[in-house]
Amino acid sequence: MKILIAFFVLFASNIFANDLSTYKALGEEVGLTKVVDDLMVNLLKDERTKRFFEKADQKRIKEKLVEQFCMELGGPCKYTGQSMSRSHKGQDIKHSHFFALVELLQQAMDKHKIPSTAQNKLLAKLAPMHKDIINK
Amino acid sequence: MKFMKFVLAASLVSFNVQAFESSDKLLLTGGVNQLEGSAGGGLTPWALIGGYGTQEQIGANAFYTNVAISDYNLVSTGALVGIHDRVELSYAHQSFDTKDVGTALGLGYGFKLKQSIFGIKVKLIGDAVLDQDSWLPQIAFGIQYKKHEQGKIVRSVGAKDDKSFDFYLAGTKIFLAQSILANVTLRATEANQLGILGYGGDRINHHQLMIEGSVAYLLTRKIAVGVEYRTKPNNLNVASEDAWFDAFVAWAPMKNVSATLAYAYLGNIVLNQDQSSLYTSIQLGF
Ligand code: HEM
Repeated sequence: MKILIAFFVLFASNIFANDLSTYKALGEEVGLTKVVDDLMVNLLKDERTKRFFEKADQKRIKEKLVEQFCMELGGPCKYTGQSMSRSHKGQDIKHSHFFALVELLQQAMDKHKIPSTAQNKLLAKLAPMHKDIINK
Repeated sequence: MKFMKFVLAASLVSFNVQAFESSDKLLLTGGVNQLEGSAGGGLTPWALIGGYGTQEQIGANAFYTNVAISDYNLVSTGALVGIHDRVELSYAHQSFDTKDVGTALGLGYGFKLKQSIFGIKVKLIGDAVLDQDSWLPQIAFGIQYKKHEQGKIVRSVGAKDDKSFDFYLAGTKIFLAQSILANVTLRATEANQLGILGYGGDRINHHQLMIEGSVAYLLTRKIAVGVEYRTKPNNLNVASEDAWFDAFVAWAPMKNVSATLAYAYLGNIVLNQDQSSLYTSIQLGF
């Protein structure tokens, strides 16, 4: 029972925390750039995702991803890229590709020692975008 | 010793299966195999579809669970298949070693009560992982068909049947921003001690609604710790039954292997009060 209460206190305190702590935990723009650089390296290595990114403008995608992550975490950036539905339309992205990308992002964040709580906060922001990305 | 051998064999197998791994769900998001074979926590089925297959894939796993109880021992083995992240088919075989109580009941020391459980689970709505912008949990409906191997013996303690269905509705939500998984399961059942003592009884002989709950904290993407609670019917005059509780840690070092360790409090079982147990489980994915 005590454990259960502890869980809920933790839970409640997390819901109401609305600050830049996650943005900072990810190392702000400099840290995000490193993570996204490694994400792209991983995406180009992985058999599941490689064909999507080989011929794409990798530099632009990285730049837009950093802007997007930064903005989603409340950082001082503005996302200037295209909408998620527009940039993923017609690519035949499946659930398996989406989860593959998430996994490669987790691995990139692990490499930079981003705490799991901060990783999950970023992923929680990105996950709902599946509606505009998968099977479009 | 037997268990160690199994673990060893298991880790060898895992190196082979890794070569054709093609299941892309995230670690631990298929749950582990609960005692009755369905994907869930240790005690409770969750709405998650087991295995790591996504909507385009089929995932499968096999498990071996040992529950070393104060005065008994339970072994549950089985497997499940998750089809397109929508339907889960599972099988479990439970063997309950009565040890000294076997002698007391005139069955002989170490007499084993056995049942098979065939499960089906269908995801109805929601996605516990992806729908982070909604409070709606993933909801699934499941059936566990249970068949006892020793109808005569369970009838002699007061059970009314040697086969029965459990029906359940499970809601599971992963609150990713909080790194928390929460689950509530409602189950209609007439099984005595999961069914190890048969189904229905001389005290109560119909399905009753039970509630089961789990809360887990995702320490990392590979390790989850949590607690579970499961209420149970009390159908037999001779052997009262208590709600079960456990505290667990589940570890998935990679996609095709996970291990669960738990302390479970099981209360009264047949002639023995205050049974506590050490729950160990290994799961191999394909
Ligand atoms: C939550 C997950 C995802 C996010 C947040 C995301 C974000 C982005 C962003 C910001 C861009 C740049 C848009 C622009 O150029 O203005 C982009 C483009 C792209 N994304 Fe994603 N993406 C996700 C998932 C995926 C997945 C799963 C794939 C495939 C495996 C994928 C493949 C691509 C490709 C190929 C482009 C370049 C499209 C082009 O050439 O115009 N994305 N994505």
